[in-house]
Amino acid sequence: MSAISYRSGKEPHPKEHRVVFKNVDREGWDTSIATYESEGGYEQLKKAFGMEPSAITDEVKKAGLRGRGGAGFPAGVKWGFLPPNNEKPVYLICNADESEPGTFKDRYIIHQDPHQLIEGMAISCFATGAHLAYIYIREEFPEGAEILEKAIAEAHEKGYLGKDIQGSGFDLEIYVHRGAGAYICGEETGLIESLEGKRPYPRIKPPYFPAAMGLYLCPTIVNNVETLCHVKHILEVGGEKWSETGTPNNTGTRILCVSGDVQKPGYFEVEVGKVTMGELINDMCGGLKEGRELKAVIPGGSSAKVLRADEVFSVGKGDDARELTIWDIPMDFDTLAACGSMAGSGGVIVIDDSRSISWVLNNINNFYAHESCGQCTPCREGSLWMKKITDRVVAGKASPSDIDTLDGVARNIDGRTICAFGEAASWPTESFVEKFRDELVADTDPELEDDFLNAEAITAAANLG
Amino acid sequence: MSEEKPDLIDVQINGEWHSFPKGTRMIEACRQVGVEVPHYCYHPKLTSPGNCRMCLVEMGMPPRPRPGDDPPEPDEDGHLPISWIPRPAIACANTIAPNMGIRTESEMTEECRKGVMELLLANHPLDCPICDQAGECSLQEFSVEHGNGESRFREQKVKKPKNVDVGPRIRLDDERCIMCSRCIRFTDEIADDPVLGFTDRGSHTVLTVYPGKELANNYSLNTVDICPVGALTSNDFRFQMRVWFMKEVKTIDTNCATGANITVYSREDKIYRITPRQNNDVNSDWMPDSHRLNFHWIESEARLTEPLVKDGDQHRSASWQEALATTADKLAGLEGSEIAVIASARMTNEELLITNRFVKHLEAGHVDTVPRTGEADGYLISADRNPNTLGVKTVLGLDDPGSQLSAIQEGIEQGRIKAVISLQENLIEDAGFSADTLKKLDFLLVSYPLANPTADLADVVLPGAAWAEKSGTMLNITGRLQRLNKAVDGPGLTLEPWEIVRDLIQATGGGNGIYSVNDLFQQLAAEVSEFEGLTWGRIGDLGIPLIETGETIPLLEREKERIAKGLIVG
Ligand SMILES: Cc1cc2nc3c(=O)[nH]c(=O)nc-3n(C[C@H](O)[C@H](O)[C@H](O)COP(=O)(O)O)c2cc1C
Ligand code: SF4
Ligand code: SF4
Ligand code: FES
Repeated sequence: MSAISYRSGKEPHPKEHRVVFKNVDREGWDTSIATYESEGGYEQLKKAFGMEPSAITDEVKKAGLRGRGGAGFPAGVKWGFLPPNNEKPVYLICNADESEPGTFKDRYIIHQDPHQLIEGMAISCFATGAHLAYIYIREEFPEGAEILEKAIAEAHEKGYLGKDIQGSGFDLEIYVHRGAGAYICGEETGLIESLEGKRPYPRIKPPYFPAAMGLYLCPTIVNNVETLCHVKHILEVGGEKWSETGTPNNTGTRILCVSGDVQKPGYFEVEVGKVTMGELINDMCGGLKEGRELKAVIPGGSSAKVLRADEVFSVGKGDDARELTIWDIPMDFDTLAACGSMAGSGGVIVIDDSRSISWVLNNINNFYAHESCGQCTPCREGSLWMKKITDRVVAGKASPSDIDTLDGVARNIDGRTICAFGEAASWPTESFVEKFRDELVADTDPELEDDFLNAEAITAAANLG
Repeated sequence: MSEEKPDLIDVQINGEWHSFPKGTRMIEACRQVGVEVPHYCYHPKLTSPGNCRMCLVEMGMPPRPRPGDDPPEPDEDGHLPISWIPRPAIACANTIAPNMGIRTESEMTEECRKGVMELLLANHPLDCPICDQAGECSLQEFSVEHGNGESRFREQKVKKPKNVDVGPRIRLDDERCIMCSRCIRFTDEIADDPVLGFTDRGSHTVLTVYPGKELANNYSLNTVDICPVGALTSNDFRFQMRVWFMKEVKTIDTNCATGANITVYSREDKIYRITPRQNNDVNSDWMPDSHRLNFHWIESEARLTEPLVKDGDQHRSASWQEALATTADKLAGLEGSEIAVIASARMTNEELLITNRFVKHLEAGHVDTVPRTGEADGYLISADRNPNTLGVKTVLGLDDPGSQLSAIQEGIEQGRIKAVISLQENLIEDAGFSADTLKKLDFLLVSYPLANPTADLADVVLPGAAWAEKSGTMLNITGRLQRLNKAVDGPGLTLEPWEIVRDLIQATGGGNGIYSVNDLFQQLAAEVSEFEGLTWGRIGDLGIPLIETGETIPLLEREKERIAKGLIVG
């Protein structure tokens, strides 16, 4: 293989470990199948056809690949949930809805290396017995959808999709389905409803676990773009070897997307857990902006709980117990969870001391109030309520007790909704109030304590009795 | 585990162990032991989206030992300890599992309910004083039981459409809607007319009818019944009467042979509304709009309120005594073969029994009833639009009701039949008799609730009660014996048909000792083999299967399929 060079100004940082993003910003690389094939493209698919499907799943399990879409659930285990002796069709869905604020990785794969995704999907379909797969892509990626359509057509032409692929007897069609601009379509059961042509109302689990009752109530595997790309690389080197990158239980590489108050925001593919928050911000992103201090980091997309810059995090148990500052946190699933937040979708949002916390929280609440699907009571009513309160905090029209109400509303959502949007919408408020209560209260006015915007609320409440 | 019967599962509810069949939903298990779990979106006849979150309860399962740890010890009854899960679970859609624990009174459960109530009321207009649902509103009810009393909501409420015409019979107030989707699921799953849906999202979600469509199917008013709040209201009932002022009587619909179970709501002998009453062997929880609204005629101006006798060309009011004496007089000179009795398949079994007596007493040569048919709608409405055709066959003994009507007309034409006693039927409009034919008679008696062209020709007209004004039993299309219960008194001097026939028998010289419908029912039980040994009480509010007809009710068959698939509880 010839040495890889990247476009000027887009070179990967030396601390990066590029696997899935190997071809992103690569000099001389394009989205054509010829280019892809010139570097061993679709060889892993051919290799897959020589294996037992279950052996592929075993490799993915051995690799310990955790989902890159948000929840970090092991992909091989998920595939293993497909019911044995199933007689219904199995579907595979690639979740390319990439809507979590702060996350911008899947789009580069789609825009610059679509065949990697198609190959990863085809291998995954073979492993799971799916003959029909969908790429559910967010509406805001029109160009991505076109690129995928073209790549699928090329793959068809070359016999990597369609009937009897490469003489294997295996049939597979992949369709691109464009969303209509709703964050909730990224939630897997909302996505499935949307694919079925309905409003993307997430389904209750149980009973509607996609692996058992997914698309058209048939067994369905939903995986993120990045997750599916990794399958190709797992096959290439073997699950065992693949798992040697990253750290135990946090294997492989993942793409971190840094946005906010750093010198050089961007995407970085790193070995999971091998890079700390400090290295990420200071080395890879060139540090904070001139003269600024770190205030907080949201480490895994806007849904993740915020980390305060001066917190000390106690992680690990027994001999492994340690105290970490925010700078020391290795960017992996388990440590971020132990710090009370999550690795989520890999979207790292850096907030410096120039930002008003009320404004940041209001910005987030605005998003969730707008994106709640409205199906279940706590999230539907609570997300707008939280937004309205922080609207007032930002406008200086709130009183200190509003902050308690804000927290109370969040806690009435958390854990009580149909889908994880409830947590996504309430965790920011819960964590901001917990960690920045003083700053929020400072933006309120005790004089306004008895000020009711909604005067009818008082009289009307009496009517209920 | 304790010795369990093969498909019974032990579940602990509020500290006590009970057994339930496998597959039972948590909410139903609780209900079975008298523990009500508040709910809005759940309806046993519809799929469960789990969207209102009112039914959240604390739930637990046996602890799962970590590898190396000892498995938990069962107690002396074989029950394992319960490890309570910190995340509440919805009781409506989740089924029970072995050794599950449910707490409906714990702090967590109460917190959840309070939270949901507060959120539901946040944007609710709280216009209870002018809302039709007041008094039967689940929101009101649960907010008293589980609410906070005071809202922390200080914001402007979301404004939504009010007073929306969603169809010819229904109006929608979107601000009151709690988005439980029951109405949407009903129109989709039961009525096969999915015209309702939500648009917009989040707190701005509104229930709407599909552009260019309307909620007009013949089952639309069921959505008003199942709407847990006052968002959907019936144009017919809106603002008519507060529910707590009304008397409720359980009875049956008489618009077709299905005999949907209903409740009649009245005040001071005026009916204000009718709602379906659950009977899983007849009408499930539903009824057609056309039947539900077919009661206003009962208070029509055209009601007959007193007996009439013909004086020359004119009718004049008469006492019952005079009307009966006139009848006896006219019939006295006639041979039985010259008399035809035309009864009605809208009559109760008791009325038909006494009619049979009357026929025998007169030795009437001709007897029949008037058939009424339409198209079966594939849901609840049967092609037979009479409520008691099976009673006519069983009690009156007619094999083929309606088959004698043309022979009777011919008999009149030819002068062989000289008198017709028409009980609760309008021969001109409903049986195809012509006025010219009827004019040939020497004597025509008509009992009926309303003035009508046949009555116009009659020598004696008797005010007979409408269905809601009388009691008795009827046999529906599937052979189920059901009770019709008097909801209101008939106007003026109206009598129930069995009373009319009883008095006719007496007036014409036959004696009988019948003083109540119950007497007649006892005679039915003694004389008609199918009714043998029955008592009025045993029929109950839901009726009992009496005769095998092999007929089924399509809507129920489809519900059974959905139950078998586990989609609904039933
Ligand atoms: C509100 C919400 C939004 C989500 N959005 C996305 C998304 O945009 N992309 C994605 O891959 N997963 C998203 N997820 C996670 C998916 O539900 C699902 O877990 C994921 O696609 C599984 O893929 P993975 O196991 O490969 O991560 C979202 C989840 C929630 C609750
Ligand atoms: S939690 Fe929010 S987004 Fe999820 S189903 Fe409920 S209302 Fe919809
Ligand atoms: S109108 Fe009534 S039944 Fe329909 S969704 Fe709203 S509250 Fe539920
Ligand atoms: S009753 Fe609505 S969620 Fe259970």
